[in-house]
Amino acid sequence: MPKTLFEKIWDAHLVARRADGRELIYIDRHVLHELHAPHAFEQLERQHRPVRRPDLTFSMQDHTVATKPGRDDETNPSGAAFLKAMREGSRRNGIRLFDIDDPEQGICHVVAPEVGIVLPGATHAVPDSHASTVGGLGALAFGCGTSELAHILATQVMALKRPKRMRVRLDGRLAAHVSAKDVALRLIAELGVAGARGYVVEYCGAAARAMPIEQRMTLCNLNIEMGGRSGLVAPDDAAFGWIAGRAFAPQGAMWDRALAHWRTLASDDDAEFDREHVLDCSNLEPQITWGTDPGQVLGISGCVPDPVTVDASRRAAAESALAYMGLTPGMALAGLAVNRVFIGSCTNSRLPDLKAAAEVVRGRRVAPGVVAMVVPGSTTVKREAEAAGLDAVFRDAGFFWGESGCSMCAGGNGDRGAPGERCVSTTNRNFEHRQGPKVRTHLASPETAAATALTGRIADVRQVLSRHA
Amino acid sequence: MQPFTSHSGIAVPLLKDDINTDQIAPVQAMRALKPDYKALLFMRARRRDDGGEDPDFVLNQPQFRNPGILVTGHNFGAGSSREAAVWGMLANGIRVIVARSFADIYRENCLQNGLLPVTLAMPDAQAFEARVLAVNGVAPFTVDLTTQRISGPGGPDLAFEIPAADRMRLIEGLDDIGLTLKHTDAIASWERRMATEQPWLQTARDHRA
Repeated sequence: MPKTLFEKIWDAHLVARRADGRELIYIDRHVLHELHAPHAFEQLERQHRPVRRPDLTFSMQDHTVATKPGRDDETNPSGAAFLKAMREGSRRNGIRLFDIDDPEQGICHVVAPEVGIVLPGATHAVPDSHASTVGGLGALAFGCGTSELAHILATQVMALKRPKRMRVRLDGRLAAHVSAKDVALRLIAELGVAGARGYVVEYCGAAARAMPIEQRMTLCNLNIEMGGRSGLVAPDDAAFGWIAGRAFAPQGAMWDRALAHWRTLASDDDAEFDREHVLDCSNLEPQITWGTDPGQVLGISGCVPDPVTVDASRRAAAESALAYMGLTPGMALAGLAVNRVFIGSCTNSRLPDLKAAAEVVRGRRVAPGVVAMVVPGSTTVKREAEAAGLDAVFRDAGFFWGESGCSMCAGGNGDRGAPGERCVSTTNRNFEHRQGPKVRTHLASPETAAATALTGRIADVRQVLSRHA
Repeated sequence: MQPFTSHSGIAVPLLKDDINTDQIAPVQAMRALKPDYKALLFMRARRRDDGGEDPDFVLNQPQFRNPGILVTGHNFGAGSSREAAVWGMLANGIRVIVARSFADIYRENCLQNGLLPVTLAMPDAQAFEARVLAVNGVAPFTVDLTTQRISGPGGPDLAFEIPAADRMRLIEGLDDIGLTLKHTDAIASWERRMATEQPWLQTARDHRA
């Protein structure tokens, strides 16, 4: 039977079928964060259940950490209890913790691949919906809630129903200044915010293949925004090269064995998918959201839709989104004044994201009155960016340059906008009030965000660059 | 987990699609390890700008003050995996959600907590929503998982489908971890086999250490 990549990984990790029909899938790497893990530690201790494989489990401090330089536990007062509970729970259970002052601290989905915890063909679980970020390396990752997190700690398996199979083929070649973020936003617009519900999505095609690993991670990160259970890209030499030499990756003879196996990780030519979708990326322009869900997306040259032209089932949502966002039907988004720009989050905070934004910013200034922030995805990214002088580029332009964490993505650390502010953000959700009460969020790529910070208005990065050329 | 057999309560109509976890349980409300789960449910929609209650929000209306069943649209619970979005329901007495459809992780979180996720087939879904609107909280509906029926004012009983495994787990209030731990031998033997076949998966060592 020909198999998809997802089925190969799934079948290799199938431990047993439970009495209730769920399949027990072994989790090779389990990565926790402090917003949810403390509750699971407490539950297990109450039940006198030990952690089965602390050696395959890792703890990160990311959701509640402050981003202010010189931060400590107390800088974000409401985070202190979470950080402490995470520290103590990890210690009691013998779990390696990347604490707030660790040189490799950062967002779980950024740090885990960066230190080599994530491997192609491995299964990965995180109590966070953006778990499938690491699908960019060919790992099969599942997000989960707190109870499931406790379940994995106690058993090292997840009890899952087998998802369906979807393939998204990305044809063509991305134009300059168009990135995986733009591709993902266009896909969510086409498939809808529930379009991939129940599916594991495999991204393939020339445009996916041409993406550097960090961009593949951005693509897979946003898979959940169309409801996908998981998303991945078949690993190739780019992925293997990216992993080689990372601290937790196999080395020496073990590396050679692993590599030989990883080279078999692809969907068979005649494998069947339950659903297929094709996007021609050749003519794609930078994308940006206009509404309050990540499927309400426009090309940067486009105009806000008139709800009367929207499908009847989506009309009320479109009207409500326009009202919340303070927009009128038919208006262009480009040129709209903004108050804030945020570059960061598990979606777009890796070194190439910051480099791309810095190239737009270099030698220019943030528009007066705009609060612009860059929050690197990990302390490693931060250090590497500083070594490359990117921090100076951003600081000289008037950006805040922060310590690593989830920051303004969900504002769990207190970083947020003021009511009514309009924010262009490289994050993943433009839900109402997410970045602060009444904050109006437009999701876009790092380059679009950078160009917007410079002009103080939603900008087409291509025009901003040509104007200054 | 608290078993679920049958639940009677006031059915609250919140007939919108794509209600996300940031609406259900905003992360800003989770600033303590043990927040007030009752108060955080739909916290923003419940309040006006001046901090006072918004009398128009359905859960603030007198007839819906003691809800038992939430009735809603497609893709309910999209967004974050945070389980507080389920705990908030239970803290308010809501033990059943009847939705056109559920986001995957949210539905899983419901099953973990004895909260029954129901999806009715068409045209029953529409009929039920109309009945819930018409009865407007003056009389309860009953959702019986043993018979897989919803009964209440305004029409005949409505049957719903639910995977047998989910039904059993809810009715028996099974301890999910306990259920899996019955397979401890299989887990251990998988680990032994993998330690030979793909040994790099069974170790995650920091090579600098």
